[in-house]
Amino acid sequence: MMRGRVAYAGAIHEAYPDPHGVRLADGRVRREDEVVWLAPIEVGTIFALGLNYAEHAKELQFSKQEEPLVFLKGPGTVLGHRGVTRRPADVTFMHYECELAVVIGQTACNVKRDSAMRHVAGYMIANDYAIRDYLENYYRPNLRVKNRDGGTVLGPWFVDAANIEDVTQLELRTFVNGTRQQHGNTRDLVTDIPALIEYLSGFMTLAPGDVILTGTPEGIVNVNAGDEVICEIDGLGRLANTIASDADFGRA
Amino acid sequence: MFALADHLLHPEGEALPRDVDARALAALLDSGIACRAPVSGAVYGTLLNDRAALEALGEAMHAAPYKAPPNAPILYLKPRNTLAGHRARVVVPDNALGVEVGASLGIVIGRHAARISANRAAEYIAGYTLVGDLSVPHASVYRPSVRFRARDGFCVVGPAVVAARHIATPDHLGIKVLVNGKEIFTASTASTVRTVTQLLADVTDFMTLSAGDVLTLGVPHGSPVAHAGDTATLSIDGLPPLTVSFIDAQQHVGEPS
Repeated sequence: MMRGRVAYAGAIHEAYPDPHGVRLADGRVRREDEVVWLAPIEVGTIFALGLNYAEHAKELQFSKQEEPLVFLKGPGTVLGHRGVTRRPADVTFMHYECELAVVIGQTACNVKRDSAMRHVAGYMIANDYAIRDYLENYYRPNLRVKNRDGGTVLGPWFVDAANIEDVTQLELRTFVNGTRQQHGNTRDLVTDIPALIEYLSGFMTLAPGDVILTGTPEGIVNVNAGDEVICEIDGLGRLANTIASDADFGRA
Repeated sequence: MFALADHLLHPEGEALPRDVDARALAALLDSGIACRAPVSGAVYGTLLNDRAALEALGEAMHAAPYKAPPNAPILYLKPRNTLAGHRARVVVPDNALGVEVGASLGIVIGRHAARISANRAAEYIAGYTLVGDLSVPHASVYRPSVRFRARDGFCVVGPAVVAARHIATPDHLGIKVLVNGKEIFTASTASTVRTVTQLLADVTDFMTLSAGDVLTLGVPHGSPVAHAGDTATLSIDGLPPLTVSFIDAQQHVGEPS
């Protein structure tokens, strides 16, 4: 089942796909642009993977890693479908990252890979923005690069794990203003989902609602204010975001 | 909104936190109670906010992999599995390395804080708390693994949040760490690169902090290391002291949690 979370007419609703747009849990059907899309779930801890697609790692000139490159993102960065993300005027390279987001469904502590998938509730699309200009070589990637307001776009749907036939064979695509810029497949993950759950749960407890952003394939380009960025993953839908300027946010 | 009148603490076993005066707080703590963390928002740690830490890095900051001294605040997250309270028993993952016991002032956010200026920042602070920011000792601050800082129980907070009005000079507070009753480390919040209000201004320029979130002023340089069997008591002027015990992994197995 696919479900989303939207604000409409003064309340927050669970919502489902409908041929005419979106159907709220109370029966109302509305156009996609009549509701405000929130992240499909209230997230717990957000993990993100750096360099988890071989070709992307090459693109960023990284060599073999000893352990998965995991960093954490805060809840304040989360944004829903059709949201707006600010691009500061002083930067030269801001980029999207289309990623498969894995949602933990059961507490996981010292889980082995063979049973790891039992701890997965489902999946979402994530767009994990970064601003290269702000990269500093301390606790990389430093939070000013990755933990910005509007920097973790999630949605539109949370999709139950049971509805995804083979999560190791999903195509990911990103379109900027309609042009396909990024393309990959989850079969190319350097560290796959069971291994990530085994790794993380080996030193910390994962809880329902925790989200693992599994990394992005090659094909990142700079985006500018006004650009529309669409991330697609097979079976999960398409996640839209628009880049806004400093002026849109009342900054000189 | 995150607001308190006086001293907010959450005794273990009680449904809700209590907001009490100094005398009641002292009586509760003297009775030996354990507490939950008095906060439940996101906790952000601040790295290299101690001038001594930068001095210790010295010329290395200009060489690979760092290449330049830090510019913006360097932060990290302490995720929810790390949160623990007063009298927590924390597992030492590798007793040969031990656990670094960082005693930091925790700035507790009172209201939605986006793009606040340093001179208005005080209005956004509900209070202060003590954060026992634990980590597996690691020399490199380039791209350290999250397993050094994100282990269960590695962010011990409390015992209480103390209302901001009680802490007149947050940038001039003495910090002490005792291990097994012996004072082995002293520091001060006066040695920071960014003051409390400047740090809030610089951080909220790029990320919004929510009510109930905690931003640490940063662990002082040269913090002590504890091992299984040790008990550490962390104190900061004006805040009730925070006690943490360290146990080994074997001891943890089968223990009621």
